[in-house]
Amino acid sequence: MSGAILAATDLSRRFGKIVALDGLSLSMGAGELFGLVGPDGAGKTTALRLLAGQLRPDAGSVRVMARDPVREGDAVRAELGYVPQQFSLYGDLSVQENLDFFGAMFGLNGAEVEARSEELLALTRLKPFRSRRADALSGGMYKKLSVACSLLHRPRVLLLDEPTNGVDPISRRELWQLLQRFAAQGMAVLLSTPYMDEAARCHRVGLLHRGRLVRCGPPGELRHSVGHGCYWLEDLPRQIAEEVLAQTAVLTRVPQGKRYRLLVRRDGEEALAQRVSQAGGRLTPTQPGFEDLFLLFTSEGGDGA
Amino acid sequence: MGPEAVIEVAGLTRRFGSFTAVQQVSFSVRAGEIFGFLGANGAGKSTTIRILCGLLAPSEGHACVAGIDVARDPEAVKRSIGYMSQKFSLYLDLTAEENLEFFGGAYGLGRRALRQRGRELLARVGLRERSAEITGRLPGGMRQRLALAAAMLHRPRILFLDEPTSGVDPRARQSFWALIREAAREGVTVFVTTHAMDEAEFCDRIGLMADGRLRALDTPDGLKRSFLPGEMFHLELSPDRSIDALASQPGVLRIESAGAAYRLRVEAGRFDPEKLRALLGPAAVRVERVEPDLEDVFLEVVTQARGEAVP
Repeated sequence: MSGAILAATDLSRRFGKIVALDGLSLSMGAGELFGLVGPDGAGKTTALRLLAGQLRPDAGSVRVMARDPVREGDAVRAELGYVPQQFSLYGDLSVQENLDFFGAMFGLNGAEVEARSEELLALTRLKPFRSRRADALSGGMYKKLSVACSLLHRPRVLLLDEPTNGVDPISRRELWQLLQRFAAQGMAVLLSTPYMDEAARCHRVGLLHRGRLVRCGPPGELRHSVGHGCYWLEDLPRQIAEEVLAQTAVLTRVPQGKRYRLLVRRDGEEALAQRVSQAGGRLTPTQPGFEDLFLLFTSEGGDGA
Repeated sequence: MGPEAVIEVAGLTRRFGSFTAVQQVSFSVRAGEIFGFLGANGAGKSTTIRILCGLLAPSEGHACVAGIDVARDPEAVKRSIGYMSQKFSLYLDLTAEENLEFFGGAYGLGRRALRQRGRELLARVGLRERSAEITGRLPGGMRQRLALAAAMLHRPRILFLDEPTSGVDPRARQSFWALIREAAREGVTVFVTTHAMDEAEFCDRIGLMADGRLRALDTPDGLKRSFLPGEMFHLELSPDRSIDALASQPGVLRIESAGAAYRLRVEAGRFDPEKLRALLGPAAVRVERVEPDLEDVFLEVVTQARGEAVP
């Protein structure tokens, strides 16, 4: 694809007998926010490490600004920021000292580091904490500092591995606002997440399952491609609800408080509605969400078709 | 109030030097209830849990857990509760079964009783087939279920779960929550903290902490009704377009950016998707009416607590 800032073609990688990633292809343009969503062990981290040039693929290729991260590592690193799950800040250095250190590592001179770190401290709202040791930062602040350190050299591509894992909702909102701002400035931002509600916040989403990209597209489009009815089931005691729901047309059911969330095959909707009303319950249609989509794809033998 | 209260907290306050971490917190939790305890980092959540588990004494006020005053007999509290956190340290180089034996020994269970209880719990959490595997080789979701089993060995009446499913995917989370619900049906009280707001939906009631105070206490639906009046919409705009056209519309209560999308809350009955589309013009890629979620509630409560202007 022309104009792609980041492109992967048929990317595969195995570890021993385990195929961690199986033929991943994707391409991203400037200003795009892309979410790689999938369960534990789906291959998200492997994909990110391959894209960042931290790992060699067994097959396929990666291009960052048309360059190969394996053969042209230095050139690619200049264009790329990578925030792994455990970003190693120096715990006994202060916020500012960490920025200075990473700036020097990226080959920036003193004046450049100073100007850029001022900018990033303001953006991440870490200015009041610049002399605090990294060890003493909250989870959310630590993550923001990791992101800042990865952006000192003004990369065109930012890769983040589960950046919001274990981060509280306030810091999470702040992180997302940062990512959105980076994308608006033209950066290509790719992140992985196990949280389905975050998928809805990306321009495009790739659903990774067992090393394969099973779906890829704008979030709204993906949710509506489910092709099954999504419902709330209410007002039925649990035992009766379980009986009513015990039929093959009910593809997923998730108890939530006193109600159930359901995905129902279209050809079974009418029969289910009858059974529910006979039992005295209530069935209310709702919009399918990413969690529904995810459960459908990852259910036993489910291919979502 | 229906079944007996197994956790009762009244006027609980804890100070560290001149800093008040928990201030005048009162609530009670009934037997068999799944109680979600939410708050941002530094809101006073962990301090409260540490007091309830008998690890920290209150500065003022009272906390009774399983009928025991935590300040008077913290050791008895520790024996009657189960505790599990994401940092809960299973021994990664022991097998699943050995871990349970180790923790059971620490709880003072006899050898035979322990073996039987261990087997029963391994079956219950779906690990019977994998009981001889080294814990470090089990996937994250299974490790968490094993940690839950370890916390339940001594049949506690109350389970404290501190961010038990952090970073676990939805399927693993579903099976974990099925176990929590099963325990609750048997009368075990579950006190759980989480940063995942979609998970908080699974709780019977929720307490929300901000700045050391309990700012909200209700069922998930009750919280949404009282903190989020009006209607919510989910908006996706083309990347280079702005939402400014809506900001000045009368009846718009809040616009919250969420990555590339927006959440819009408006007064009831004033907007529908067609009207919003017309207002946004070609910028609107998708406009959907949505139900408010607990993250919306959380942000609203914290914003109100801070008395700050909408960012």
